[in-house]
Amino acid sequence: MSTIVYISSNNGLGKSAFEAVTYAKKMGEDVIAVTVGNADSNVLAELGQYGATKVLVDRNANSDDDQQITKVIASAVSSTSANKVVFSHDLIAKAVAPRLSVRLKAGLVAGAISLPSTDGGFSCKVNVFSGKAFGNVTVKTENKIISLLPNSIQPEITGANCSVEDFNGNAGDSKVKVLSTKKPEGEISLPEAELVVSAGRGLKGPENWGMIEDLAKELGAATACSRPVADIGWRPHHEHVGQTGVAIRPNLYIAVGISGAIQHLAGVNGSKVIVAINTDAEAPFFKAADYGVIGDAFDVVPKLVEAVKKFNASNN
Amino acid sequence: MKILVCISKAPDTTSKIAFTENNTKFDENGVQYIVNPYDEWYALVRALEIKETIGGNVTIITVGNTADEAIIRKALAIGADDAVRIDAEPNDAYFTASQIAKYAKENSFDIVLTGKETINYNGSQVGGMIAEELDLPFISLATKLDLNGTTATLEREIVGGVQVVEVSTPFVASCAKGMAEQRIPNMRGIMAARTKPLTVIPVSSNEEFTSYTSYTMPDAKSACKMINPENMDELVALLHNEAKVI
Ligand SMILES: Cc1cc2nc3c(=O)[nH]c(=O)nc-3n(C[C@H](O)[C@H](O)[C@H](O)COP(=O)(O)OP(=O)(O)OC[C@H]3O[C@@H](n4cnc5c(N)ncnc54)[C@H](O)[C@@H]3O)c2cc1C
Ligand SMILES: Nc1ncnc2c1ncn2[C@@H]1O[C@H](COP(=O)(O)O)[C@@H](O)[C@H]1O
Repeated sequence: MSTIVYISSNNGLGKSAFEAVTYAKKMGEDVIAVTVGNADSNVLAELGQYGATKVLVDRNANSDDDQQITKVIASAVSSTSANKVVFSHDLIAKAVAPRLSVRLKAGLVAGAISLPSTDGGFSCKVNVFSGKAFGNVTVKTENKIISLLPNSIQPEITGANCSVEDFNGNAGDSKVKVLSTKKPEGEISLPEAELVVSAGRGLKGPENWGMIEDLAKELGAATACSRPVADIGWRPHHEHVGQTGVAIRPNLYIAVGISGAIQHLAGVNGSKVIVAINTDAEAPFFKAADYGVIGDAFDVVPKLVEAVKKFNASNN
Repeated sequence: MKILVCISKAPDTTSKIAFTENNTKFDENGVQYIVNPYDEWYALVRALEIKETIGGNVTIITVGNTADEAIIRKALAIGADDAVRIDAEPNDAYFTASQIAKYAKENSFDIVLTGKETINYNGSQVGGMIAEELDLPFISLATKLDLNGTTATLEREIVGGVQVVEVSTPFVASCAKGMAEQRIPNMRGIMAARTKPLTVIPVSSNEEFTSYTSYTMPDAKSACKMINPENMDELVALLHNEAKVI
């Protein structure tokens, strides 16, 4: 048996692609990566390093059309007689994985955070109740689909580049026309970031974000914000984390001038380590944090930037 | 324009999360249920706005038991025209989606809207599954939806950017923040909701693909370690040596 991993490759290969292949490899069967669009074959071949034995690429299908992608993966499943499909739980997977689940009659674990356990049935751990608990989802069908939450597993290089083959997945016509796409601008994408520096209304105004960006730059972190900050336009919407924004689970989340409302925590409580910086000793964030600094962000953050600079210099 | 809006119940965000029966069931004791925010604020309100500008009908549908009629009445009070309840406990996304898809197929709609995800199970599955059952395009996590005749223009957020797509009706879309603004039902709406039609339909199949077999709570956080604001070198050292994250 083999496992198919669907890779979105329109912006090159991100860390989440390597995570998904590593995850599939750890499931123990032959791993075949499938993608659509016009990514460079030399780039796609790198998936071999993480455990793929080959990459199938359908260059005729529209990489933004969920119906076409679903058909391509279904063809790949039948031509390779795979019985498992792995996705990274991104925007594309959120549309394609449920469709494929219906098409293949395969139970879907959406947002898995662990490798499957096979004692007493096939099951995976997911976040439920906005990260306040974990659930164990048991898949009852013969075919199985897992959509892996980013940053749940470390990519591991285990092999060398693999072959990349053209594949015709009979995608049919596209019913979705993409009128325009504003591509990400080279910054670290928030859901994939291992380190995140985030700030809230405690910063008083957008002109004060310079020190947050400095800290992020020194750490190699992405930046995020609380919802009111995005709502009043101090920061772009895609930085908004929380229940109504992006849910992230970086290794380190530094929250500056954010109170720690339950709806904010819902998007960040999967972080491995949380640092809260707040003037108010009673701020709820300190209950969710591992390290706390009671102090004024305008004093503390510049000091922290200097400390990180010193650390970076001594580690080089 | 005939629009079907899928609404689900969700525990109020401040609800205490606990489990019973050896951690296999969600403890509903004292839990206040609300309409899943994405379904109410974005999917339903946008559907009503479309109806108000170009005319049509907004039907809400939920797979749930009698207790869920409270959230159905709330959605009717906000302005939906009529409601359908499929009488079952929705334990699996495919089960839920296949019931809704069957109803949608038999009653042909121009647009089917769902929320981005339910805030209890956060699966983002039901919309895509309905679309596949109906063989329709699915625009996931749409933040904007405009109609011009039978052509719809939708925006969705991609990582760090925005994509604009065009599809023809019929289609399915899941709705995220940006789509519309929350509406508070007024007294007239609440009164009118009492007499709006609510049809209860039995389940059509019992096929399930998955089930939640157990739950666990995260380990209790150890107390937060407080660092002197004058000593950021210590914080960096702890993040490096103790937490090992930098
Ligand atoms: C249904 C619903 C969904 C929501 N979804 C989200 C969501 O997804 N994400 C989200 O973030 N919020 C969400 N919210 C809003 C949430 O409840 C809070 O209102 C919000 O998170 C507060 O943002 P904040 O912490 O930046 O601002 P505030 O609550 O105003 O807190 C500012 C903090 O900064 C501190 N501070 C002030 N000055 C300084 C200083 N000089 N130095 C250091 N600290 C300082 C203060 O002590 C305070 O703790 C939602 C709310 C609802 C009702
Ligand atoms: N029991 C249900 N009845 C009707 N619609 C539902 C139900 N469960 C989920 N949905 C819809 O599907 C969307 C996605 O749900 P989920 O796949 O559970 O994240 C929700 O926002 C609702 O619009």
